Amino acid sequence: MLTEYNVEGGDFTRAGYASSQIKKTLKNLNISPEIIKRVVVALYEAEVNIVAHAFKGVISADISNSGIKLVLEDEGPGIPDIDMAMTKGYSTASSRVREMGFGAGMGLPNIKDNADRFNIVSRVGEGTRVTIEIDFAG
Amino acid sequence: MLLKEIAEKLSLKTFTPQVEMAKDVKGGYTSDLLSDVMGASKEGDLWITLQTHKNIVAVASLRELSAIILVKGFEPDRDTVEAATAENIPLLGTDLQTFEISGRLYNLLK
Ligand SMILES: Nc1ncnc2c1ncn2[C@@H]1O[C@H](COP(=O)(O)OP(=O)(O)OP(=O)(O)O)[C@@H](O)[C@H]1O
Ligand SMILES: [Mg+2]
Repeated sequence: MLTEYNVEGGDFTRAGYASSQIKKTLKNLNISPEIIKRVVVALYEAEVNIVAHAFKGVISADISNSGIKLVLEDEGPGIPDIDMAMTKGYSTASSRVREMGFGAGMGLPNIKDNADRFNIVSRVGEGTRVTIEIDFAG
Repeated sequence: MLLKEIAEKLSLKTFTPQVEMAKDVKGGYTSDLLSDVMGASKEGDLWITLQTHKNIVAVASLRELSAIILVKGFEPDRDTVEAATAENIPLLGTDLQTFEISGRLYNLLK
């Protein structure tokens, strides 16, 4: 089952929409709460990163019997140094974004902690693709 | 302890009178950083924050937190109240500052 969601950069009023839709879908499929929690945390962080850091993006969610694969592809500034971006506390968020309580530099580490497999590919000046896979069986 | 009992004992005001308060609260989490709450809070936690915008409702709902307390007399944005009502997240408030309300809640729950 494949679903897609569009995400607009800068539009914080809709941040978390895809995460809440996918949470509902997984609940209906009777996926365990612990797995749903991991999906929700990882997806929310990746979704907010498009809103906070990129211009626009598309989230695709592919749910199979064995797990979920999330691909978040954006058009945006890209990430020059991925290892640096993965460091806890590192953030380039604007002051407007920080005032809202984003920009702690914890999003990517949260994604890594909750994903079974996680990958970032980025081109500076073009955009970023984040892939998150979470298995349904322990 | 039931949320409505906590709200009475701590004299919390409510911004979402339609939302059910008969739920059990096991713990609390105090933070103004959304990804910190996302990563480190637990289901059922009562979240104490000074953030008043709508995204706090998304975080509370996604993480299944029991309710949100706004500190220092802060008022929620209008769309925050609407979202909280729609998502069934009680939105509460206190005039106390973060340290004091956290300490009082801790004492109630310990
Ligand atoms: N999709 C993206 N496009 C461009 N840069 C990104 C993207 N995602 C992350 N980054 C860069 O990586 C940094 C770290 O991201 P991370 O999610 O860990 O923290 P944050 O978004 O700054 O803050 P938080 O997630 O705690 O609110 C960002 O500040 C930004 O520089
Ligand atoms: Mg982030």
